Amino acid sequence: MRKNLLAILLVLPALVMIVLFFIVPLIASILGAFEVGDAWGLGNFRKSFELYSSDMIFTVVIVTVSTALIGLFSIAIGGYLTLGENPRAVAILRWLYRWPMFIPFIVVGQILRTFLAKNGLMNNILVSLGILTPLQTVGFLDWRGIVIAFVWKQTPFVTLLVAGAMASLDRSTIEAARNLGASRLRILIEIVLPQIAGTLLVGLILSFVTMMSVLSVPLMINAQSPTMLTADIAFRINAHGDYGVANALGMISLILTTGVALIYLRQTMKERS
Amino acid sequence: MMMRFDFWWLPRAVILGLLAFIIFGPLTNLLLWTVAEKWYFPHMLPLEYGFSFWERVFSPRGNAMGSLATSIVVASLTVVASLALAIPAGYALSRLKLPFRGLILLAFLIPQAFPNLPVYVNIARFFYQIGLNGTIAGVVMVHVTHGLVYAVWIATAAFSAVQIDLEEAARSIGAGPFRAFRDITLPLAAPGLLASAIFVFLESLDEFTGSYFVGAPDVNTLPLLLYTASSGGNYQIASITALLLLIPSIGFMLVVERFLRADVLSKVGH
Repeated sequence: MRKNLLAILLVLPALVMIVLFFIVPLIASILGAFEVGDAWGLGNFRKSFELYSSDMIFTVVIVTVSTALIGLFSIAIGGYLTLGENPRAVAILRWLYRWPMFIPFIVVGQILRTFLAKNGLMNNILVSLGILTPLQTVGFLDWRGIVIAFVWKQTPFVTLLVAGAMASLDRSTIEAARNLGASRLRILIEIVLPQIAGTLLVGLILSFVTMMSVLSVPLMINAQSPTMLTADIAFRINAHGDYGVANALGMISLILTTGVALIYLRQTMKERS
Repeated sequence: MMMRFDFWWLPRAVILGLLAFIIFGPLTNLLLWTVAEKWYFPHMLPLEYGFSFWERVFSPRGNAMGSLATSIVVASLTVVASLALAIPAGYALSRLKLPFRGLILLAFLIPQAFPNLPVYVNIARFFYQIGLNGTIAGVVMVHVTHGLVYAVWIATAAFSAVQIDLEEAARSIGAGPFRAFRDITLPLAAPGLLASAIFVFLESLDEFTGSYFVGAPDVNTLPLLLYTASSGGNYQIASITALLLLIPSIGFMLVVERFLRADVLSKVGH
């Protein structure tokens, strides 16, 4: 019993920190969403849907498309790292794919803002290679820019998890299927993927939540309407001091994420048991 | 033996080359912007190169040096506070009997598992009332809360990877529990703890959203400077600031495996 008490005392300060500086403000934000003047009501939500319903759809579409692309690319890269037969190509890919992983989102925003602009380096290169004429160039600083930024930054993280899980698989089934003449693509889809689905799911969910709360990328790449809910929340606070609508928007993005977070919790609980 | 050309190198080279362009194209672009004196459409490369913007950034009166100092102070304080909280917590989570252990581990994930923007907005409002808004202490508290999941999870994994026999051997020859911890467990877990410290340091260095609401404009960290420079259209200053943030991140990527050994890594989150 005394030992139990000691353990709790050792963990307590860290837990208090989370409660005080995350859970309490989170509750304040949920309560604040229903506060209209001095009374309680749904006014903030009505206003949010009136002003920002297109941004809500925009946010969900962007984050979903990005998550799908991240999943696809991480399976492709992880799959080649596991099943690739040319050691040199595998080594190059392993060295190559992780570079963006630790680059902060704000830096990603700045880098891609200058790279993807209508007169940025990407279009300049395409023009001087003769692939495009100057009149044909388009800037990517809209929803596509945000998707590119998210995929660029998050794919290495999910790939790291996926490739790690693939590397620890039992090789014998893979070798057996290979000896029976199964193609590598088929092995990837039918043998490898089902076994690492849990890890992939965890990586994608963490990415989904991260992308839902990143403010710097939408601010840097596409701050005009339509934009992501995070940019709207910042705008409500900075331009209007409107905490009611900001909290309502926050709660809407919270609801969008909670569904996904619940899947995560169920997954980890299943793995633990 | 005859040398045969492997035709698979053709698609391989195309795909790897494309990937290299996707990853290094934007990074090269950033480097070019840091030394571009003059660069406008439709020129592919800058017209003039030079370091005049570097001089401006690093001049004693430039605000980049101030931001760099602020960022380093905030990140260092965040590391100290996080480790002070995470070492006891990690030890308890890995070694001692703890009720609801799984739930407690998950609790530290909460700040990563929910969109944190509404939380920062409300912390800023609360900090404003008690005078913590726009102070280093306020920013550090926000960063610690956010980084605690790395600190606690990696510390827990690092202590779990230390074999319990060594600690028991020390105890059996008469060392007290604290002494066994200080002389045996702590030094053996040190590489893992160092990795968690670096993680937390970088996480704090790169943090934008919390600093934007709680710190700005009084606590002007590097990410905030980068944002103001970039929205002012000053791409050279923004790119130099971005490069300053990039170097520690890339450096960490290159050495992370040395600190975070596989035996620790496999225990993270368990």
